[in-house]
Amino acid sequence: MNVLAADPVDVDALVNAVSGPGRGAVVSFVGVVRNNHAGREVLELEYSAYGSMAERTIRTIVAEAETRWPAAVVVVHRLGRLAVGDVAVAVVAAGGHRGEAFEACRYAIEEVKQRVPIWKRERYADGSEAWVDPTAPGGIQPIRPEAAS
Amino acid sequence: MPTVTVLLFARYADLVGASRVEVPATAAGTLGQVVAYLRGLPGGAALPERPLVAVNMEQAALDYRPVPGDEIAVLPPMAGG
Repeated sequence: MNVLAADPVDVDALVNAVSGPGRGAVVSFVGVVRNNHAGREVLELEYSAYGSMAERTIRTIVAEAETRWPAAVVVVHRLGRLAVGDVAVAVVAAGGHRGEAFEACRYAIEEVKQRVPIWKRERYADGSEAWVDPTAPGGIQPIRPEAAS
Repeated sequence: MPTVTVLLFARYADLVGASRVEVPATAAGTLGQVVAYLRGLPGGAALPERPLVAVNMEQAALDYRPVPGDEIAVLPPMAGG
């Protein structure tokens, strides 16, 4: 399964991929593009990635989650331009019982946010743009005017 | 002249105006020296002194000494999810 997706994410297909007769609990996290960030109205955003490392890191995280908990885990992250309401990332974890499914799902999404080389550029209602940077004051790095495209 | 290829992404590529920079091997003894070279390029001064750097898709320390064939990438803070 592709872990980086250029096309809309089919969450039902992910649920089916990890479900099975012995898996009584299926937990999904679906990250959706929000209409606001850092006090600004978001119109759309664009995800880019260091593709080979992003894919490898996601696969590593999935393997870690499946090693730590008796669960089957799948992660898909969108790339490219997304509009408000689009699914940006989906994590689905299935296990025998809810404990391992919740914990494996939570682990995977937190590690994806910390470790996967994916970047987000937001475009706002006032026409400005910024790179999202969780380490920056306010959480964004405004685009220099001369660098705007 | 031998060079080391460095990949730049997202905001860092914007700052330097390139997604791929050839760094002279003489300026690439360590990853820290690679970063210093990049910070000396036009627009590069806004790069952090200690950014995340990956070698062959794994995070690496700035005292790592690149060898021929390494894939070096300088990474802005992750912002997925």
